[in-house]
Amino acid sequence: MELQIKNIGKDFAERRIFDDINFSLKSGQSAAIVGPNGSGKTTLAKIICGLIRPSRGEVIYRIENTPIPQQEIYHHVGLVGPYLELYEELTAMENMLFFARMQRVPNAEDKIISLLSQMNLAGREDDEVRTYSSGMRQRLKYAFALLTDPQVLILDEPTSNLDSDGIDRVYAIMTEQKKNKILLIATNDKMDLKYGDIQVAVTS
Amino acid sequence: MQLLHDAWLIFLKDVRQEFKTRYSVNAILLFALVTLVAVSFSIGTFNAGSDIKSALLWIIIFFSAMSGLSHIFVREEDKHTADTLKLVAQPTGIFLGKFLFNLVLLCLLEIITVPLFFAVMDFEIKGVSLFISVLILGSVGLSAGATMTAAIISKASAKGALFAVLSFPILLPVIIAGISGTKIAVQQTAISEASGELQMLFAYSVVVITAAILLFDFVWNE
Amino acid sequence: MLNRIWQFGLLLWLSMVIIAAFLWTPLAEGLGEYTRILYFHVPAAWVTVLAFLIGAFYSVLYLVKRNILYDHLAESASQLGLIYCILATVTGSIWAKVSWGSFWNWDPRETSIFILLLIYAAYFALRSAIEHEDRKAALGAVYSIFAFVTVPFFVFIVPRVYATLHPDPLINTQAKINMDSSMLITFLSSLFGFTVLFLWMFKNKIILVKLKLKLRNLR
Repeated sequence: MELQIKNIGKDFAERRIFDDINFSLKSGQSAAIVGPNGSGKTTLAKIICGLIRPSRGEVIYRIENTPIPQQEIYHHVGLVGPYLELYEELTAMENMLFFARMQRVPNAEDKIISLLSQMNLAGREDDEVRTYSSGMRQRLKYAFALLTDPQVLILDEPTSNLDSDGIDRVYAIMTEQKKNKILLIATNDKMDLKYGDIQVAVTS
Repeated sequence: MQLLHDAWLIFLKDVRQEFKTRYSVNAILLFALVTLVAVSFSIGTFNAGSDIKSALLWIIIFFSAMSGLSHIFVREEDKHTADTLKLVAQPTGIFLGKFLFNLVLLCLLEIITVPLFFAVMDFEIKGVSLFISVLILGSVGLSAGATMTAAIISKASAKGALFAVLSFPILLPVIIAGISGTKIAVQQTAISEASGELQMLFAYSVVVITAAILLFDFVWNE
Repeated sequence: MLNRIWQFGLLLWLSMVIIAAFLWTPLAEGLGEYTRILYFHVPAAWVTVLAFLIGAFYSVLYLVKRNILYDHLAESASQLGLIYCILATVTGSIWAKVSWGSFWNWDPRETSIFILLLIYAAYFALRSAIEHEDRKAALGAVYSIFAFVTVPFFVFIVPRVYATLHPDPLINTQAKINMDSSMLITFLSSLFGFTVLFLWMFKNKIILVKLKLKLRNLR
């Protein structure tokens, strides 16, 4: 898998958020997106996973040199971010089953159970997400993002709301992802930054 | 087909959510009942003609729809689950799933309100199957138009009155055909008597659903 | 320079139309002086529809090309369309009052023009409720197109339901089957003049919009 960010720029009406972002990642590489608060790290993360359209430039995903069409990008991307919520009124299991089935994850139930236990949520799968603490929700978001074993994992503020146990689990995920897939982290946390092979600065 | 599968999953998910909160169902039923009571009380013992009763029925249906059919999209935006959904589903499947939900919701409303209306307003019609055909086709049209408009306003900030304001011009053909078809059903029993209305409602539904599917991508994706 | 020629040409043309409408053309039976509304009401209604079509066209163009200019053009066309729509509705209502006795009857054509008014109003209400420019453009465009698609149904169903009081296109009130030639000339000239007036206003709006965009890009 190769991810190429080519000349990406984004404007909101008259304000230029950023311009000329260029970098490329192959499987086994990772990048940290850094910048002051409000500089557009989240916007860039959203552009990379396809949630927002860039004003200029392209994001190209390639498998063995063949570009993947826009509509299929989401199969290969996992995103964790504070703006991404799960369905509160449903239980964790109902949420995960829904997302797993939508994405055609094979052996959904087994996969979900193993992910939930990996994120220390085993035993809470039949509780409604509304009853979860913010730390638990963050961990559930990781379970969600990892359902499809995405080739590209984008983590926006990876360790927010997490206690030290949660943080350890997340670092384990990041290490695993870096081995033979692509990892992108948007953060200002000095510890998190170490997991990025390269740093992409987003400045206004 | 992947699309229909996605739509079905989304429909089930929405039903499950609705079942737990009962938010839309409560809103829409309560509104309908309140309106029905208001209408019935205002008319009192005066014998309103069947033309007026036909019109009142569709007004109640339309405004009840306005009170409840936008929730399906507005809730996704307000709770920040829209982006999550975007990451797992194609736009067309999302639209179809939500359209189906709104259709079921509207039908549920009608199953309860329409017989109640007939009873309370002393409304008699001869062509029951004709009326039901008009009602079903009209509901499909209303749901299709309303679901699309709901998607549009869910992305705006001041959502309140916007839903009815945007929906009304678009849904007006359905309302007119519905009222007209109902009036005909009062006297006539043959379905052919309202063939114009039924054909229009059918064509409208087809065109609106097609247009919605083509345009939904632009609403849903930024 | 060219703009000035247009300006004066239009002024001259429309003045002649007005003079012809009031001094030259004969009156239709039964309508008296109110016949003259014809020369202004129908062209205004026609321009409204034209503006609506142009708005829908630029909306499609925006969605395909994503150039914000097209959105501004669609909005401009709609603004002009709204003005002409109000004019058409008001003149139509006056005509209705003097011809049939009441200001509003839900006659099919009356209702159609009113629906267009509602669609325009909804379009602007939607735009004003969205702050984000790209989203405003995209959603406005989608609504324009979506509304456009439902209008034909409206035009079909209403005449079935409500008998029309509306005169046939060529002023078929009472005994007359066709318009007198002087009426026809004046009418067509007015139609032409209104269309050119609208296009001229639209052209000036385009210039304004492009200047604004240029100014914004310079900042």
